[in-house]
Amino acid sequence: MNKRIYYGLYGLIVILLVLPFVVPNNFYLDLAVRMAINAIIVIGLNLLIGFAGQISLGHAGFLGIGAYASAVLPMHFGWHPVTAMLTGALASALLAALVAKPIFKLKGHYLAMATLGLGIIINIALRNEAQWTGGPDGMPVMPMALFGFEIGSDRQWYWVVAALLVLTVWGSLNLIDSPFGRALRALHGSEVASQVVGVNVARYKVSIFVLSAFSASIMGSISAHYIGFISPNFADFFHSIELVTMVVIGGMASVYGSIVGAVLLTALPQALATFEGWETVAFGAILMLCMIFMPRGLVPTLAARFSKGDDK
Amino acid sequence: MLAEFLQFLFSGITVGATYALAALGFTLIYNASHVINFAQGEFIMLGGMLAVLFAQMGLPLPAVLLLAILVPAIVGVLVEKLAIEPVKGAETVTLIIITIGASLVIRGLIQVWLGKNTFSLPAFSGDEPIHVLGATLLPQSLWVLGITALVVVALWYFFNRTLQGKAMLATSVNRLAAELVGINTSWVLFMSFAMSAALGALGGILITPITMTSYDVGIMLGLKGFVAAVVGGLGNGLGAVVGGLLVGILEAMGAGYISSAYKDAIPFVLILLILFFMPRGLFGGKSTDRV
Amino acid sequence: MSLLEVKDLSIHFGGVKAVQNVSFSIDSGIVYSVIGPNGAGKTTLFNLITGVYTPTSGEIRLDGEIIQGKSPDELARRGMARTFQNLQICMNMSAIENVMVGAHLRLDRNLFKAMLRLPALKRRDEALREEAAGLMEFVGLGEYVGARADAMSYGALKRLEIARALAMKPRLIFLDEPAAGLNPKETQEVDHLVRKVADSGITVVLVEHDMKMVMNLSDRILVLDYGRRLAEGTGQEVRANPDVIAAYLGTHA
Repeated sequence: MNKRIYYGLYGLIVILLVLPFVVPNNFYLDLAVRMAINAIIVIGLNLLIGFAGQISLGHAGFLGIGAYASAVLPMHFGWHPVTAMLTGALASALLAALVAKPIFKLKGHYLAMATLGLGIIINIALRNEAQWTGGPDGMPVMPMALFGFEIGSDRQWYWVVAALLVLTVWGSLNLIDSPFGRALRALHGSEVASQVVGVNVARYKVSIFVLSAFSASIMGSISAHYIGFISPNFADFFHSIELVTMVVIGGMASVYGSIVGAVLLTALPQALATFEGWETVAFGAILMLCMIFMPRGLVPTLAARFSKGDDK
Repeated sequence: MLAEFLQFLFSGITVGATYALAALGFTLIYNASHVINFAQGEFIMLGGMLAVLFAQMGLPLPAVLLLAILVPAIVGVLVEKLAIEPVKGAETVTLIIITIGASLVIRGLIQVWLGKNTFSLPAFSGDEPIHVLGATLLPQSLWVLGITALVVVALWYFFNRTLQGKAMLATSVNRLAAELVGINTSWVLFMSFAMSAALGALGGILITPITMTSYDVGIMLGLKGFVAAVVGGLGNGLGAVVGGLLVGILEAMGAGYISSAYKDAIPFVLILLILFFMPRGLFGGKSTDRV
Repeated sequence: MSLLEVKDLSIHFGGVKAVQNVSFSIDSGIVYSVIGPNGAGKTTLFNLITGVYTPTSGEIRLDGEIIQGKSPDELARRGMARTFQNLQICMNMSAIENVMVGAHLRLDRNLFKAMLRLPALKRRDEALREEAAGLMEFVGLGEYVGARADAMSYGALKRLEIARALAMKPRLIFLDEPAAGLNPKETQEVDHLVRKVADSGITVVLVEHDMKMVMNLSDRILVLDYGRRLAEGTGQEVRANPDVIAAYLGTHA
């Protein structure tokens, strides 16, 4: 593809390097960490929704599995946080693979229903198994330690998450412009056309679903360690919808769009904090307006406007 | 033994009737437009909440019923006119997201207006339970079942015996053909949203004296209605009713015999099993994509 | 032995018998056409052979091996390519990517290697881009190499589908009405293109309504009517067949 698509990555690296030195205080650094975490989750989800054209309304369930693996396993069983995180991610991937096979024979609405059901079941389990999870009140999470070095301050977390974000963007851009990524986009564009050129459609859908579940689970673990506390709300239906909203607003099938979507919608609750209760209304209104007037999302719409003519 | 079983059955059928009404609402809109209206649950919530509000204002029961059905129907029409019509023919993902947006707006507005409290509505004809073979049945349950049965019969009559109903059916089978024979398909869309919002609201009003209501009950009720519609084979009216009752009964039985903590999970486990093993639902036909 | 053998093939949709007991065989290296009035079952026949539909009964053999019931992607592995009557272009991709996806099976499709952008993979992809540009040139789309798929005309997209199919390096290619909706000049260009494809050694199976093109290109012709085989043979034989004349003139003998 055109090399220009990587220019955004270089820009992102520059911003991430400069940011911690220009933010006025820790409040903004904390915000930046949470934006970056969401951006990584949303990029993974966008590979599924935007590129492969498959919806998931239960993605917060995988976040929950990761987060609770990192909370419960070290706390109750004395596991190392890294082992716990990887175990959670593998469990998410396994669960995703298990349900994906039958799910992806279905289309559109049925797929939405199945992923939604899965997410809700996970959430109910987290709420009910109080002896492990603390129930609806949630539970504290032990700090993350790597090679005997504890990641504690916001600033340390910032560098970890920033590095992960850069890797995720790079990996995703690479993936999209590869034989695998083309097959993925082709099955979105025309499923039957991709089949007759030899794409095993079910296998690609399952692979990308598993990958996005794995990435969501890892980021769930990281969120849990970063915040130091976790509750079932983290894994609920509303959070799944929030993530889908970020994908849609930033732009389906746009990696940079996912970052923009995550940044905007992570900042939004802060901006709306003064209007107690209107958050949900604003969220819903943005979703609808965006889909009606800008169905391709922010970044692709703007990109098309600026590069009319020489677009590739 | 029998008494216990009957008790679960009664509560299952009662709540199942609400799911059935919601599922019928999903089915109506799906048939008219191939949209799954994720805001359907909010109409159930609106029905219940508005009924409480109007009852507290001292209106007589018939007026409460009428208003609490009429207002959600208007909201349904607004959703259709403002959010669905402008994006005719959009991708499934887009339509799903728009209706989710609509549901958030409705829920948020009610939360801001009426608060986060839980409300109750007095039963239509007293709370004196009726004893049946050792189990108890609330009079309100009879109201729920009776009115649901009436509605199902009325809908059947509408779709099979009236011109308007047949026009709506024709549109669901083939929109273009319906337009060619002069059916106003935009009117059909309008009607289907109004009717399904009214059905949802009715269910919400009827069940509120038993289960109470708050601004956030719509999500679960709506999703379970959706489960019921899919169980019945999306798009099939009779299937929606049977699906609703089935989901309600299984939920009550599961809660009673297995685990009440996992009551809300039961419909979703059911739907996953059905999607895995009989993806067209219990009553859906087979279809082949044309290439 | 024939390359493709079809025996007693049938498919029913509910009560509709779209294809009924159709048999024929195609030798390697020829241009074989399937003709018949609208609704005769031509596209259904293509969908059956290429694995999009599963037949109700009957047998399909490729190189003597039974292939009915196999999925389209398995058949693609065996060298079968096709285009569609109703365009199946991926509008979310550029024109050249649509062609490149045709080479799917010849590439390293590993997910992790792709994410790491391994140099070997990258080099192979760049070589493929050249090859795809060459194919677009071959089908007469040289000017669209840098274009987006959704910016192309109907006629150009028809040819883009042929380029995508050729990128598979198939042994057998099914073209479903490649000239439908094209003007006479474009039709003639497609006529030449099909000839070029056949000359490159690929067996061509063609569904087409343009009789001049069919008669001009075909080595053998199968005539379908109401899902049944009405006649089969060379152009001369088919043209002289009274059943065929009756079907096309609308009288029943």
